[in-house]
Amino acid sequence: MLIVYVGAVAVLFLFVVMMLNVAQQKNQWFVSKENSGHIPIGLIISTIIFFELIIVVGGWKYKPELLNPTSSQVSIEISNTHSLGQVLYTDYIHIFQISGMILLIAMIGAIVLTFRQRAGVKTQSYLKQISRERSEGIEVLEVPSNKGVKIDD
Amino acid sequence: MTEIGLGHYLTLGAVIFSIGVIGIFLNRKNIIVILMSIELILLAVNINLVSFSIYLGDLTGQVFTLFILTVAAAEAAIGLAIIVVYYRNAGTIRVEEIDKLKG
Repeated sequence: MLIVYVGAVAVLFLFVVMMLNVAQQKNQWFVSKENSGHIPIGLIISTIIFFELIIVVGGWKYKPELLNPTSSQVSIEISNTHSLGQVLYTDYIHIFQISGMILLIAMIGAIVLTFRQRAGVKTQSYLKQISRERSEGIEVLEVPSNKGVKIDD
Repeated sequence: MTEIGLGHYLTLGAVIFSIGVIGIFLNRKNIIVILMSIELILLAVNINLVSFSIYLGDLTGQVFTLFILTVAAAEAAIGLAIIVVYYRNAGTIRVEEIDKLKG
């Protein structure tokens, strides 16, 4: 799952890099010419989120005792990955399999969406090759003398 | 130099989440940047889950982080495929010009 995720994010960044090289210098990034009515809304949302951020950061000033770990820690003799695997393959096995199915469906969907049959591509078809008969490959002609035959008409 | 605790991780998660949301709201040009912002939001949620999982000594948060990563990977793959198909059909993926469903 991690490898698949890293690959997906790498492809995403590649797309962004390609897009930025094309569209970088021509127009301003955030400002659009025709309708810039979304800028105030964005600024309002940004200020709201900024205040939420202040709450998150400042909350630790008022209740610093939340920082002290009180409950039991994860056991030390088993490594984190080991215990994670032990939980993942026993208790969460159904969800694990469902996530595998999700990945499979995503892969199939991406391939189906981006697949297209191109016209004019020469491919080899063995069925056609095997099922060739002598009658359609060879034609026996009576060649009259001193005339010859026209092949390509 | 204080020890890095739960508050620092939560602050990092909140900062990344805010960057994602502000990126969605301020950027109306590029749909791929919006996809990246959604990924940032999911990663912020993952940071929160892992930090609370370590803090409480409960493994469930990390397990769910793995599942969120799975869903995020699937979403990125499908989203990119849809963008590719749309670009092939319409010739543009600028957010302002995607208005075919507007009627």
